[in-house]
Amino acid sequence: MGNRYTKRTFVLEIFGIVIGLIFLIPFYFVLINSVKPFAAILIDAAAWPKEFVFSNYAKVWEIINFPRAFWNSLVITVFSNIGLVIISSMAAWKMVRTPGKFSKILFVIFVSAMVIPFQTVMIPLMKVGGTLGLTNSIPGLIIMYFGFGVPLSLFLYHGFVKTVPIEIEESAMIDGCSQFGVFWRIVFPLLKPITVTVIILNTLWIWNDYLLPLLVLQDAELRTIPLAASSFFAQYTKQWDMGLAALVLGITPIIIFFLFLQKHIIKGIASGSIK
Amino acid sequence: MEPKIQTGPVSPDVQMKAVTKKKFKYKSLLTYAAFVGPALLFFLVIQILPFLMGVYYSFTSWNGVSSVVEWVGFENYKKIFTDDKTFFNSFMFTTKFMFAAVIISNLIGFGFALLLNAALKTRNILRTVFFIPNVIGGLLLGFIWQFIFVKGFASIGNMTDIGFFKMPWLGDETTAFWGIVIVFAWQISGYMMVIYVAALQGVDNSLLEAARIDGASNWTLLTKIIIPLILPAFTICFFLTISMAFKIFDLNISLTGGGPFNSTQSVAINIYQEAFQNNRYGLGTAKSILFFVVVAVFTTIQVMVTKKKEVQA
Repeated sequence: MGNRYTKRTFVLEIFGIVIGLIFLIPFYFVLINSVKPFAAILIDAAAWPKEFVFSNYAKVWEIINFPRAFWNSLVITVFSNIGLVIISSMAAWKMVRTPGKFSKILFVIFVSAMVIPFQTVMIPLMKVGGTLGLTNSIPGLIIMYFGFGVPLSLFLYHGFVKTVPIEIEESAMIDGCSQFGVFWRIVFPLLKPITVTVIILNTLWIWNDYLLPLLVLQDAELRTIPLAASSFFAQYTKQWDMGLAALVLGITPIIIFFLFLQKHIIKGIASGSIK
Repeated sequence: MEPKIQTGPVSPDVQMKAVTKKKFKYKSLLTYAAFVGPALLFFLVIQILPFLMGVYYSFTSWNGVSSVVEWVGFENYKKIFTDDKTFFNSFMFTTKFMFAAVIISNLIGFGFALLLNAALKTRNILRTVFFIPNVIGGLLLGFIWQFIFVKGFASIGNMTDIGFFKMPWLGDETTAFWGIVIVFAWQISGYMMVIYVAALQGVDNSLLEAARIDGASNWTLLTKIIIPLILPAFTICFFLTISMAFKIFDLNISLTGGGPFNSTQSVAINIYQEAFQNNRYGLGTAKSILFFVVVAVFTTIQVMVTKKKEVQA
Protein backbone atom coordinates (compact mmCIF):
# COMPACT_ATOMS: atom_id res chain seq x y z
CA MET A 1 0.00 0.00 0.00
CA GLY A 2 2.95 2.30 0.45
CA ASN A 3 4.56 3.85 -2.58
CA ARG A 4 8.19 3.42 -1.55
CA TYR A 5 10.07 0.26 -2.48
CA THR A 6 10.93 -1.26 0.88
CA LYS A 7 12.33 -4.58 2.02
CA ARG A 8 8.78 -5.74 2.50
CA THR A 9 7.95 -4.88 -1.08
CA PHE A 10 10.96 -6.87 -2.24
CA VAL A 11 9.79 -9.94 -0.31
CA LEU A 12 6.33 -9.54 -1.78
CA GLU A 13 7.88 -9.22 -5.22
CA ILE A 14 9.75 -12.52 -4.88
CA PHE A 15 6.63 -14.16 -3.50
CA GLY A 16 4.60 -12.85 -6.45
CA ILE A 17 7.09 -14.10 -9.00
CA VAL A 18 7.14 -17.57 -7.46
CA ILE A 19 3.33 -17.74 -7.48
CA GLY A 20 3.33 -16.49 -11.06
CA LEU A 21 5.71 -19.25 -12.14
CA ILE A 22 3.63 -21.90 -10.41
CA PHE A 23 0.63 -20.45 -12.18
CA LEU A 24 2.29 -20.99 -15.54
CA ILE A 25 3.39 -24.60 -14.97
CA PRO A 26 0.43 -26.08 -16.91
CA PHE A 27 1.60 -24.19 -20.00
CA TYR A 28 5.12 -25.54 -19.55
CA PHE A 29 3.80 -29.09 -19.48
CA VAL A 30 1.63 -28.64 -22.52
CA LEU A 31 4.31 -26.91 -24.60
CA ILE A 32 7.23 -29.23 -23.94
CA ASN A 33 5.19 -32.39 -24.33
CA SER A 34 3.62 -31.24 -27.56
CA VAL A 35 7.02 -31.55 -29.22
CA LYS A 36 7.95 -34.96 -27.75
CA PRO A 37 7.37 -38.35 -29.32
CA PHE A 38 4.64 -40.36 -27.60
CA ALA A 39 7.04 -42.72 -25.80
CA ALA A 40 8.97 -39.83 -24.26
CA ILE A 41 5.77 -38.39 -22.77
CA LEU A 42 5.02 -41.71 -21.11
CA ILE A 43 8.48 -41.99 -19.58
CA ASP A 44 8.62 -38.53 -18.00
CA ALA A 45 6.20 -35.72 -18.69
CA ALA A 46 8.19 -33.16 -16.70
CA ALA A 47 11.55 -33.60 -18.44
CA TRP A 48 12.88 -31.20 -21.04
CA PRO A 49 12.54 -32.84 -24.50
CA LYS A 50 15.61 -34.70 -25.74
CA GLU A 51 14.56 -34.15 -29.32
CA PHE A 52 11.99 -31.76 -30.70
CA VAL A 53 9.37 -33.43 -32.89
CA PHE A 54 7.21 -31.05 -34.86
CA SER A 55 5.44 -33.72 -36.86
CA ASN A 56 2.74 -33.78 -34.15
CA TYR A 57 1.74 -30.31 -35.25
CA ALA A 58 1.79 -31.19 -38.95
CA LYS A 59 -0.47 -34.20 -38.41
CA VAL A 60 -2.95 -32.37 -36.22
CA TRP A 61 -3.06 -29.40 -38.58
CA GLU A 62 -4.30 -31.78 -41.28
CA ILE A 63 -6.62 -33.92 -39.17
CA ILE A 64 -8.61 -31.12 -37.56
CA ASN A 65 -8.32 -28.95 -40.68
CA PHE A 66 -6.98 -26.13 -38.57
CA PRO A 67 -7.19 -23.33 -41.16
CA ARG A 68 -10.86 -24.12 -41.75
CA ALA A 69 -11.72 -24.23 -38.03
CA PHE A 70 -9.78 -21.02 -37.42
CA TRP A 71 -11.58 -19.28 -40.28
CA ASN A 72 -15.00 -20.42 -39.01
CA SER A 73 -14.24 -19.19 -35.49
CA LEU A 74 -13.00 -15.90 -36.86
CA VAL A 75 -16.04 -15.27 -39.08
CA ILE A 76 -18.46 -16.16 -36.30
CA THR A 77 -16.69 -13.98 -33.73
CA VAL A 78 -16.25 -10.95 -35.99
CA PHE A 79 -19.78 -10.82 -37.37
CA SER A 80 -21.42 -11.55 -34.03
CA ASN A 81 -19.43 -8.68 -32.56
CA ILE A 82 -20.36 -6.24 -35.31
CA GLY A 83 -24.03 -7.08 -35.03
CA LEU A 84 -24.08 -6.93 -31.24
CA VAL A 85 -22.33 -3.57 -31.14
CA ILE A 86 -24.79 -2.07 -33.65
CA ILE A 87 -28.05 -3.36 -32.23
CA SER A 88 -27.18 -3.00 -28.55
CA SER A 89 -25.71 0.50 -28.74
CA MET A 90 -28.66 1.80 -30.77
CA ALA A 91 -31.23 0.26 -28.47
CA ALA A 92 -29.47 1.35 -25.29
CA TRP A 93 -29.10 4.94 -26.46
CA LYS A 94 -32.73 5.25 -27.52
CA MET A 95 -33.95 3.65 -24.30
CA VAL A 96 -31.93 6.05 -22.14
CA ARG A 97 -33.00 9.08 -24.18
CA THR A 98 -36.67 8.10 -24.09
CA PRO A 99 -37.41 7.94 -20.40
CA GLY A 100 -40.70 6.42 -19.39
CA LYS A 101 -42.35 3.30 -18.14
CA PHE A 102 -41.98 1.37 -21.36
CA SER A 103 -38.22 1.84 -21.60
CA LYS A 104 -37.84 0.99 -17.95
CA ILE A 105 -39.80 -2.26 -18.14
CA LEU A 106 -37.98 -3.24 -21.32
CA PHE A 107 -34.64 -2.67 -19.64
CA VAL A 108 -35.60 -4.82 -16.65
CA ILE A 109 -36.68 -7.66 -18.97
CA PHE A 110 -33.44 -7.49 -20.94
CA VAL A 111 -31.29 -7.50 -17.85
CA SER A 112 -33.11 -10.17 -15.87
CA ALA A 113 -32.67 -12.57 -18.79
CA MET A 114 -29.00 -12.68 -17.84
CA VAL A 115 -29.91 -15.07 -15.05
CA ILE A 116 -31.46 -17.64 -17.42
CA PRO A 117 -29.02 -20.55 -17.72
CA PHE A 118 -28.34 -21.58 -21.30
CA GLN A 119 -29.55 -25.10 -20.53
CA THR A 120 -33.01 -23.72 -19.87
CA VAL A 121 -33.47 -22.38 -23.38
CA MET A 122 -31.27 -24.69 -25.44
CA ILE A 123 -33.81 -27.43 -26.01
CA PRO A 124 -36.67 -25.33 -27.43
CA LEU A 125 -34.11 -23.08 -29.14
CA MET A 126 -33.13 -26.00 -31.34
CA LYS A 127 -36.76 -26.30 -32.38
CA VAL A 128 -37.11 -22.57 -33.07
CA GLY A 129 -33.77 -22.61 -34.88
CA GLY A 130 -34.84 -25.58 -36.98
CA THR A 131 -38.10 -23.89 -37.97
CA LEU A 132 -36.35 -20.67 -38.93
CA GLY A 133 -33.56 -22.48 -40.78
CA LEU A 134 -30.84 -21.27 -38.41
CA THR A 135 -29.37 -24.68 -37.64
CA ASN A 136 -26.29 -26.10 -39.30
CA SER A 137 -25.34 -22.72 -40.71
CA ILE A 138 -22.82 -20.12 -39.65
CA PRO A 139 -25.12 -17.12 -40.28
CA GLY A 140 -27.75 -18.92 -38.20
CA LEU A 141 -25.30 -19.32 -35.33
CA ILE A 142 -24.35 -15.64 -35.59
CA ILE A 143 -28.01 -14.65 -35.32
CA MET A 144 -28.28 -16.76 -32.17
CA TYR A 145 -25.29 -14.94 -30.70
CA PHE A 146 -27.13 -11.68 -31.40
CA GLY A 147 -29.99 -12.90 -29.24
CA PHE A 148 -27.82 -14.22 -26.40
CA GLY A 149 -25.41 -11.31 -26.40
CA VAL A 150 -27.95 -8.49 -26.29
CA PRO A 151 -28.63 -8.47 -22.51
CA LEU A 152 -25.05 -7.93 -21.36
CA SER A 153 -24.04 -5.64 -24.25
CA LEU A 154 -27.14 -3.52 -23.84
CA PHE A 155 -26.64 -3.38 -20.09
CA LEU A 156 -23.09 -2.06 -20.54
CA TYR A 157 -24.11 0.52 -23.13
CA HIS A 158 -27.09 1.59 -21.04
CA GLY A 159 -24.89 2.37 -18.07
CA PHE A 160 -22.44 4.29 -20.22
CA VAL A 161 -24.95 6.38 -22.22
CA LYS A 162 -26.21 7.83 -18.94
CA THR A 163 -22.82 9.46 -18.44
CA VAL A 164 -22.78 11.05 -21.92
CA PRO A 165 -23.93 14.70 -21.83
CA ILE A 166 -27.09 15.28 -23.84
CA GLU A 167 -26.38 18.91 -24.86
CA ILE A 168 -24.38 18.15 -27.99
CA GLU A 169 -27.11 15.86 -29.23
CA GLU A 170 -29.75 18.53 -28.67
CA SER A 171 -27.85 21.21 -30.50
CA ALA A 172 -27.20 18.86 -33.39
CA MET A 173 -30.89 18.03 -33.51
CA ILE A 174 -31.79 21.72 -33.57
CA ASP A 175 -29.38 22.16 -36.45
CA GLY A 176 -31.51 19.66 -38.33
CA CYS A 177 -29.55 16.46 -37.86
CA SER A 178 -31.69 13.32 -38.05
CA GLN A 179 -31.82 10.82 -35.20
CA PHE A 180 -29.66 8.38 -37.10
CA GLY A 181 -27.23 11.15 -37.92
CA VAL A 182 -27.01 12.19 -34.30
CA PHE A 183 -26.45 8.65 -33.19
CA TRP A 184 -23.86 7.55 -35.70
CA ARG A 185 -21.97 10.84 -36.08
CA ILE A 186 -22.01 12.12 -32.52
CA VAL A 187 -23.06 9.53 -29.97
CA PHE A 188 -21.44 6.37 -31.28
CA PRO A 189 -17.90 7.81 -31.39
CA LEU A 190 -18.38 8.95 -27.79
CA LEU A 191 -19.27 5.39 -26.79
CA LYS A 192 -15.89 4.05 -27.90
CA PRO A 193 -14.56 3.06 -24.44
CA ILE A 194 -17.56 0.90 -23.68
CA THR A 195 -17.62 -0.46 -27.24
CA VAL A 196 -14.10 -1.77 -26.65
CA THR A 197 -15.28 -3.46 -23.45
CA VAL A 198 -18.32 -4.96 -25.15
CA ILE A 199 -16.20 -6.33 -28.00
CA ILE A 200 -13.64 -7.84 -25.62
CA LEU A 201 -16.19 -9.56 -23.41
CA ASN A 202 -18.15 -10.89 -26.37
CA THR A 203 -15.01 -12.07 -28.16
CA LEU A 204 -13.79 -14.09 -25.18
CA TRP A 205 -17.22 -15.64 -24.81
CA ILE A 206 -18.01 -16.37 -28.46
CA TRP A 207 -14.55 -17.55 -29.48
CA ASN A 208 -14.44 -20.06 -26.63
CA ASP A 209 -18.09 -21.11 -26.64
CA TYR A 210 -18.59 -24.81 -27.01
CA LEU A 211 -22.17 -25.90 -26.33
CA LEU A 212 -24.08 -23.64 -28.72
CA PRO A 213 -21.89 -24.43 -31.76
CA LEU A 214 -22.02 -28.11 -30.76
CA LEU A 215 -25.81 -28.03 -30.93
CA VAL A 216 -26.13 -25.81 -33.99
CA LEU A 217 -23.31 -26.90 -36.30
CA GLN A 218 -23.38 -30.52 -37.45
CA ASP A 219 -21.15 -30.46 -40.55
CA ALA A 220 -17.45 -31.03 -39.93
CA GLU A 221 -16.80 -28.24 -42.44
CA LEU A 222 -18.47 -25.69 -40.15
CA ARG A 223 -16.65 -26.66 -36.95
CA THR A 224 -15.14 -23.97 -34.72
CA ILE A 225 -11.84 -24.40 -32.89
CA PRO A 226 -13.33 -25.77 -29.63
CA LEU A 227 -15.46 -28.23 -31.60
CA ALA A 228 -12.54 -29.39 -33.73
CA ALA A 229 -10.36 -29.87 -30.65
CA SER A 230 -13.00 -31.83 -28.76
CA SER A 231 -13.83 -34.09 -31.70
CA PHE A 232 -10.11 -34.74 -32.01
CA PHE A 233 -9.97 -35.87 -28.40
CA ALA A 234 -13.04 -38.02 -28.78
CA GLN A 235 -11.40 -39.79 -31.72
CA TYR A 236 -7.88 -40.14 -30.41
CA THR A 237 -8.32 -40.62 -26.68
CA LYS A 238 -5.03 -40.61 -24.83
CA GLN A 239 -3.00 -39.82 -27.95
CA TRP A 240 -1.29 -37.15 -25.90
CA ASP A 241 1.46 -36.30 -28.40
CA MET A 242 -1.02 -35.11 -31.00
CA GLY A 243 -3.61 -34.05 -28.45
CA LEU A 244 -1.27 -31.53 -26.86
CA ALA A 245 -0.28 -30.15 -30.24
CA ALA A 246 -4.00 -29.70 -30.95
CA LEU A 247 -4.41 -27.86 -27.65
CA VAL A 248 -1.51 -25.55 -28.38
CA LEU A 249 -2.95 -24.77 -31.81
CA GLY A 250 -6.34 -24.22 -30.23
CA ILE A 251 -5.25 -21.74 -27.57
CA THR A 252 -2.61 -19.83 -29.54
CA PRO A 253 -4.91 -17.46 -31.49
CA ILE A 254 -6.81 -16.22 -28.45
CA ILE A 255 -3.63 -15.89 -26.37
CA ILE A 256 -2.04 -13.78 -29.12
CA PHE A 257 -5.20 -11.67 -29.21
CA PHE A 258 -4.94 -11.23 -25.47
CA LEU A 259 -1.23 -10.39 -25.35
CA PHE A 260 -1.64 -7.74 -28.03
CA LEU A 261 -4.61 -6.09 -26.39
CA GLN A 262 -4.00 -7.03 -22.77
CA LYS A 263 -4.02 -3.46 -21.49
CA HIS A 264 -7.42 -2.79 -23.05
CA ILE A 265 -8.74 -6.20 -22.11
CA ILE A 266 -7.93 -5.91 -18.43
CA LYS A 267 -9.18 -2.33 -18.29
CA GLY A 268 -12.29 -3.30 -20.23
CA ILE A 269 -13.10 -6.19 -17.91
CA ALA A 270 -12.65 -4.01 -14.86
CA SER A 271 -14.92 -1.24 -16.13
CA GLY A 272 -17.39 -3.75 -17.53
CA SER A 273 -17.90 -5.46 -14.21
CA ILE A 274 -18.06 -2.38 -12.08
CA LYS A 275 -20.57 -0.43 -14.15
CA MET B 1 -68.93 41.11 -23.76
CA GLU B 2 -69.81 37.74 -24.96
CA PRO B 3 -67.10 35.17 -24.78
CA LYS B 4 -66.21 33.70 -28.07
CA ILE B 5 -67.55 30.22 -28.25
CA GLN B 6 -66.31 28.14 -31.03
CA THR B 7 -69.05 26.10 -32.57
CA GLY B 8 -67.82 25.51 -36.06
CA PRO B 9 -64.85 23.48 -37.16
CA VAL B 10 -61.62 23.97 -35.27
CA SER B 11 -59.58 26.83 -36.59
CA PRO B 12 -57.07 25.73 -39.18
CA ASP B 13 -54.26 26.83 -36.94
CA VAL B 14 -55.21 24.55 -34.04
CA GLN B 15 -56.05 21.72 -36.39
CA MET B 16 -52.61 21.90 -37.92
CA LYS B 17 -51.00 21.76 -34.53
CA ALA B 18 -52.92 18.62 -33.61
CA VAL B 19 -51.96 16.91 -36.83
CA THR B 20 -48.29 17.71 -36.48
CA LYS B 21 -48.37 16.54 -32.90
CA LYS B 22 -49.94 13.26 -33.93
CA LYS B 23 -47.54 12.95 -36.82
CA PHE B 24 -44.66 13.71 -34.51
CA LYS B 25 -45.74 11.08 -32.03
CA TYR B 26 -46.12 8.52 -34.78
CA LYS B 27 -42.73 9.43 -36.14
CA SER B 28 -41.01 9.18 -32.78
CA LEU B 29 -42.63 5.82 -32.20
CA LEU B 30 -41.23 4.73 -35.53
CA THR B 31 -37.70 5.86 -34.68
CA TYR B 32 -37.99 4.19 -31.28
CA ALA B 33 -38.88 0.96 -33.05
CA ALA B 34 -36.06 1.41 -35.54
CA PHE B 35 -33.50 1.81 -32.76
CA VAL B 36 -34.77 -0.67 -30.21
CA GLY B 37 -36.54 -3.08 -32.54
CA PRO B 38 -33.61 -5.14 -33.86
CA ALA B 39 -32.18 -5.85 -30.42
CA LEU B 40 -35.62 -6.66 -29.06
CA LEU B 41 -36.48 -8.92 -31.99
CA PHE B 42 -33.36 -11.09 -31.74
CA PHE B 43 -33.71 -11.21 -27.98
CA LEU B 44 -37.37 -12.27 -28.11
CA VAL B 45 -36.89 -14.93 -30.78
CA ILE B 46 -33.66 -16.42 -29.44
CA GLN B 47 -34.19 -16.19 -25.70
CA ILE B 48 -37.70 -15.35 -24.56
CA LEU B 49 -39.68 -17.48 -27.01
CA PRO B 50 -37.60 -20.61 -26.29
CA PHE B 51 -37.84 -19.88 -22.58
CA LEU B 52 -41.65 -19.75 -22.72
CA MET B 53 -41.76 -22.85 -24.92
CA GLY B 54 -39.54 -24.55 -22.36
CA VAL B 55 -42.03 -23.82 -19.62
CA TYR B 56 -44.71 -25.44 -21.79
CA TYR B 57 -42.61 -28.50 -22.76
CA SER B 58 -41.76 -29.13 -19.14
CA PHE B 59 -45.38 -30.20 -18.70
CA THR B 60 -45.25 -32.65 -21.60
CA SER B 61 -43.67 -36.00 -22.36
CA TRP B 62 -42.22 -34.75 -25.66
CA ASN B 63 -39.24 -36.72 -26.95
CA GLY B 64 -37.87 -33.96 -29.17
CA VAL B 65 -38.70 -35.62 -32.47
CA SER B 66 -42.31 -36.78 -32.43
CA SER B 67 -44.99 -34.43 -33.73
CA VAL B 68 -47.27 -35.51 -30.90
CA VAL B 69 -46.69 -33.50 -27.76
CA GLU B 70 -48.60 -35.04 -24.88
CA TRP B 71 -49.54 -32.94 -21.87
CA VAL B 72 -48.65 -34.72 -18.63
CA GLY B 73 -49.14 -31.98 -16.06
CA PHE B 74 -46.70 -32.08 -13.16
CA GLU B 75 -45.62 -35.63 -13.96
CA ASN B 76 -42.05 -34.60 -14.92
CA TYR B 77 -41.59 -32.49 -11.82
CA LYS B 78 -42.94 -35.28 -9.65
CA LYS B 79 -40.53 -37.71 -11.24
CA ILE B 80 -37.58 -35.39 -10.64
CA PHE B 81 -38.38 -35.00 -6.97
CA THR B 82 -39.28 -38.59 -6.18
CA ASP B 83 -37.48 -40.83 -8.62
CA ASP B 84 -34.31 -39.33 -10.08
CA LYS B 85 -31.26 -40.06 -8.03
CA THR B 86 -28.76 -39.00 -10.67
CA PHE B 87 -30.33 -35.56 -10.91
CA PHE B 88 -30.36 -35.20 -7.16
CA ASN B 89 -26.72 -36.27 -7.02
CA SER B 90 -25.72 -33.86 -9.76
CA PHE B 91 -27.50 -31.10 -7.86
CA MET B 92 -25.61 -31.96 -4.70
CA PHE B 93 -22.34 -32.03 -6.61
CA THR B 94 -23.04 -28.67 -8.26
CA THR B 95 -24.04 -27.01 -5.00
CA LYS B 96 -21.00 -28.31 -3.12
CA PHE B 97 -18.79 -27.37 -6.02
CA MET B 98 -20.30 -23.89 -6.13
CA PHE B 99 -19.52 -23.21 -2.46
CA ALA B 100 -15.97 -24.53 -2.65
CA ALA B 101 -15.22 -22.84 -5.97
CA VAL B 102 -16.66 -19.46 -5.00
CA ILE B 103 -14.79 -19.29 -1.70
CA ILE B 104 -11.45 -20.44 -3.08
CA SER B 105 -11.41 -18.42 -6.28
CA ASN B 106 -12.42 -15.25 -4.47
CA LEU B 107 -9.82 -15.76 -1.74
CA ILE B 108 -7.11 -16.26 -4.33
CA GLY B 109 -8.38 -13.44 -6.54
CA PHE B 110 -8.52 -11.02 -3.61
CA GLY B 111 -5.09 -12.18 -2.44
CA PHE B 112 -3.63 -11.51 -5.89
CA ALA B 113 -5.26 -8.09 -5.91
CA LEU B 114 -3.73 -7.17 -2.54
CA LEU B 115 -0.36 -8.42 -3.73
CA LEU B 116 -0.52 -6.41 -6.94
CA ASN B 117 -1.68 -3.35 -5.06
CA ALA B 118 1.81 -3.15 -3.56
CA ALA B 119 4.34 -1.20 -5.62
CA LEU B 120 5.85 -4.27 -7.29
CA LYS B 121 8.08 -3.74 -10.31
CA THR B 122 6.65 -6.84 -11.97
CA ARG B 123 3.09 -5.75 -11.30
CA ASN B 124 1.98 -5.57 -14.92
CA ILE B 125 3.61 -8.83 -15.92
CA LEU B 126 2.09 -10.66 -12.98
CA ARG B 127 -1.32 -9.21 -13.75
CA THR B 128 -1.04 -10.59 -17.28
CA VAL B 129 0.16 -13.97 -16.02
CA PHE B 130 -2.68 -14.35 -13.54
CA PHE B 131 -5.23 -13.34 -16.13
CA ILE B 132 -4.11 -15.59 -19.01
CA PRO B 133 -6.14 -18.70 -18.08
CA ASN B 134 -9.29 -16.62 -18.53
CA VAL B 135 -8.86 -16.14 -22.22
CA ILE B 136 -8.77 -19.88 -22.85
CA GLY B 137 -12.13 -21.56 -23.07
CA GLY B 138 -13.23 -24.02 -20.40
CA LEU B 139 -13.20 -26.92 -22.83
CA LEU B 140 -9.53 -26.59 -23.81
CA LEU B 141 -8.57 -25.81 -20.22
CA GLY B 142 -10.19 -29.06 -19.15
CA PHE B 143 -8.16 -31.05 -21.65
CA ILE B 144 -4.96 -29.27 -20.61
CA TRP B 145 -5.57 -30.09 -16.97
CA GLN B 146 -6.55 -33.63 -17.70
CA PHE B 147 -3.01 -34.06 -18.97
CA ILE B 148 -1.53 -32.26 -15.96
CA PHE B 149 -3.45 -34.41 -13.49
CA VAL B 150 -2.79 -37.69 -15.24
CA LYS B 151 0.77 -37.28 -16.52
CA GLY B 152 2.20 -34.06 -15.12
CA PHE B 153 1.32 -34.66 -11.47
CA ALA B 154 2.61 -38.22 -11.70
CA SER B 155 5.97 -37.01 -13.00
CA ILE B 156 6.26 -34.36 -10.31
CA GLY B 157 5.27 -36.99 -7.76
CA ASN B 158 8.04 -39.31 -8.89
CA MET B 159 10.56 -36.50 -8.79
CA THR B 160 9.65 -35.01 -5.43
CA ASP B 161 7.97 -37.93 -3.66
CA ILE B 162 5.22 -35.60 -2.41
CA GLY B 163 2.02 -37.52 -1.74
CA PHE B 164 -0.19 -34.74 -3.07
CA PHE B 165 1.01 -35.36 -6.62
CA LYS B 166 0.79 -39.12 -6.38
CA MET B 167 -2.94 -39.26 -5.75
CA PRO B 168 -5.23 -40.74 -8.41
CA TRP B 169 -6.41 -37.25 -9.28
CA LEU B 170 -9.26 -37.90 -11.67
CA GLY B 171 -9.91 -41.49 -10.70
CA ASP B 172 -11.38 -40.96 -7.26
CA GLU B 173 -14.59 -39.17 -6.29
CA THR B 174 -13.06 -36.82 -3.73
CA THR B 175 -9.93 -35.92 -5.65
CA ALA B 176 -11.87 -35.48 -8.89
CA PHE B 177 -14.13 -33.01 -7.07
CA TRP B 178 -11.16 -31.02 -5.82
CA GLY B 179 -9.50 -31.35 -9.20
CA ILE B 180 -12.35 -29.46 -10.83
CA VAL B 181 -12.28 -26.88 -8.04
CA ILE B 182 -8.54 -26.35 -8.62
CA VAL B 183 -8.95 -25.86 -12.35
CA PHE B 184 -11.94 -23.55 -11.91
CA ALA B 185 -10.03 -21.45 -9.39
CA TRP B 186 -6.99 -21.37 -11.67
CA GLN B 187 -9.16 -20.07 -14.46
CA ILE B 188 -11.37 -17.60 -12.62
CA SER B 189 -9.23 -16.05 -9.88
CA GLY B 190 -7.39 -13.82 -12.35
CA TYR B 191 -10.70 -12.37 -13.48
CA MET B 192 -11.72 -11.72 -9.90
CA MET B 193 -8.31 -10.16 -9.28
CA VAL B 194 -8.95 -7.60 -12.03
CA ILE B 195 -12.22 -6.52 -10.43
CA TYR B 196 -10.72 -6.36 -6.94
CA VAL B 197 -7.70 -4.39 -8.20
CA ALA B 198 -10.00 -1.82 -9.80
CA ALA B 199 -11.89 -1.51 -6.52
CA LEU B 200 -8.72 -1.23 -4.43
CA GLN B 201 -7.47 1.57 -6.63
CA GLY B 202 -10.60 3.50 -5.74
CA VAL B 203 -9.79 3.42 -2.02
CA ASP B 204 -8.66 6.82 -0.79
CA ASN B 205 -5.06 6.62 0.35
CA SER B 206 -5.33 9.46 2.83
CA LEU B 207 -7.94 7.48 4.72
CA LEU B 208 -5.50 4.61 5.14
CA GLU B 209 -2.70 6.90 6.15
CA ALA B 210 -4.85 8.57 8.78
CA ALA B 211 -5.76 5.19 10.22
CA ARG B 212 -2.13 4.12 10.21
CA ILE B 213 -1.11 7.25 12.11
CA ASP B 214 -3.77 6.34 14.64
CA GLY B 215 -1.92 3.07 15.09
CA ALA B 216 -4.07 0.68 13.09
CA SER B 217 -2.36 -2.56 12.07
CA ASN B 218 -2.41 -3.87 8.51
CA TRP B 219 -5.01 -6.41 9.50
CA THR B 220 -7.26 -3.74 11.00
CA LEU B 221 -6.80 -1.61 7.90
CA LEU B 222 -7.85 -4.54 5.75
CA THR B 223 -10.85 -5.72 7.74
CA LYS B 224 -12.13 -2.43 9.12
CA ILE B 225 -11.49 -0.05 6.23
CA ILE B 226 -10.53 -1.64 2.94
CA ILE B 227 -13.01 -4.52 2.82
CA PRO B 228 -16.02 -2.44 3.92
CA LEU B 229 -15.13 0.18 1.33
CA ILE B 230 -14.94 -2.24 -1.55
CA LEU B 231 -17.97 -4.37 -0.69
CA PRO B 232 -19.56 -3.59 -4.08
CA ALA B 233 -16.69 -5.47 -5.70
CA PHE B 234 -17.47 -8.47 -3.52
CA THR B 235 -21.10 -8.32 -4.59
CA ILE B 236 -20.08 -8.45 -8.24
CA CYS B 237 -17.43 -11.12 -7.81
CA PHE B 238 -19.72 -13.37 -5.81
CA PHE B 239 -22.51 -12.92 -8.30
CA LEU B 240 -20.21 -13.78 -11.20
CA THR B 241 -18.56 -16.78 -9.56
CA ILE B 242 -21.83 -18.21 -8.25
CA SER B 243 -23.47 -18.12 -11.65
CA MET B 244 -20.35 -19.39 -13.42
CA ALA B 245 -19.89 -22.26 -10.97
CA PHE B 246 -23.56 -23.20 -11.09
CA LYS B 247 -23.56 -23.38 -14.87
CA ILE B 248 -20.30 -25.30 -15.19
CA PHE B 249 -20.35 -27.43 -18.32
CA ASP B 250 -17.38 -27.21 -20.75
CA LEU B 251 -14.68 -27.59 -18.14
CA ASN B 252 -16.53 -30.46 -16.53
CA ILE B 253 -17.12 -32.23 -19.86
CA SER B 254 -13.48 -32.19 -20.90
CA LEU B 255 -11.88 -32.70 -17.50
CA THR B 256 -13.80 -35.61 -16.02
CA GLY B 257 -16.77 -36.05 -18.34
CA GLY B 258 -18.85 -36.30 -15.15
CA GLY B 259 -16.94 -39.33 -13.88
CA PRO B 260 -15.86 -41.35 -12.02
CA PHE B 261 -19.28 -43.02 -11.76
CA ASN B 262 -21.17 -39.77 -12.42
CA SER B 263 -19.80 -38.37 -9.14
CA THR B 264 -18.76 -35.08 -10.79
CA GLN B 265 -21.71 -34.69 -13.10
CA SER B 266 -22.92 -31.10 -13.00
CA VAL B 267 -26.58 -30.18 -13.41
CA ALA B 268 -25.80 -28.69 -16.81
CA ILE B 269 -24.37 -32.01 -18.03
CA ASN B 270 -27.27 -33.94 -16.54
CA ILE B 271 -29.81 -31.78 -18.40
CA TYR B 272 -27.83 -32.02 -21.62
CA GLN B 273 -27.73 -35.80 -21.44
CA GLU B 274 -31.38 -36.12 -20.51
CA ALA B 275 -32.45 -34.09 -23.51
CA PHE B 276 -30.02 -34.99 -26.23
CA GLN B 277 -28.82 -38.47 -25.33
CA ASN B 278 -31.87 -39.98 -23.62
CA ASN B 279 -34.21 -38.00 -25.90
CA ARG B 280 -36.45 -36.99 -23.03
CA TYR B 281 -37.03 -33.35 -23.90
CA GLY B 282 -39.99 -32.97 -21.61
CA LEU B 283 -38.09 -34.21 -18.58
CA GLY B 284 -34.97 -32.31 -19.63
CA THR B 285 -36.81 -29.00 -19.88
CA ALA B 286 -38.54 -29.59 -16.54
CA LYS B 287 -35.10 -30.05 -14.99
CA SER B 288 -33.84 -26.94 -16.73
CA ILE B 289 -36.76 -24.88 -15.42
CA LEU B 290 -35.98 -26.02 -11.88
CA PHE B 291 -32.34 -25.20 -12.56
CA PHE B 292 -33.33 -21.70 -13.65
CA VAL B 293 -35.37 -21.18 -10.49
CA VAL B 294 -32.50 -22.30 -8.26
CA VAL B 295 -29.93 -20.13 -10.06
CA ALA B 296 -32.27 -17.13 -9.96
CA VAL B 297 -33.09 -17.59 -6.27
CA PHE B 298 -29.46 -18.13 -5.27
CA THR B 299 -28.07 -15.15 -7.15
CA THR B 300 -30.90 -12.87 -6.01
CA ILE B 301 -30.43 -13.81 -2.37
CA GLN B 302 -26.70 -13.32 -2.66
CA VAL B 303 -27.01 -9.90 -4.27
CA MET B 304 -29.62 -8.85 -1.70
CA VAL B 305 -27.49 -9.98 1.24
CA THR B 306 -24.26 -8.36 0.07
CA LYS B 307 -26.08 -5.20 -1.08
CA LYS B 308 -27.55 -4.82 2.38
CA LYS B 309 -24.08 -4.99 3.86
CA GLU B 310 -22.94 -2.32 1.42
CA VAL B 311 -25.56 0.13 2.64
CA GLN B 312 -24.59 -0.40 6.26
CA ALA B 313 -20.96 0.22 5.44
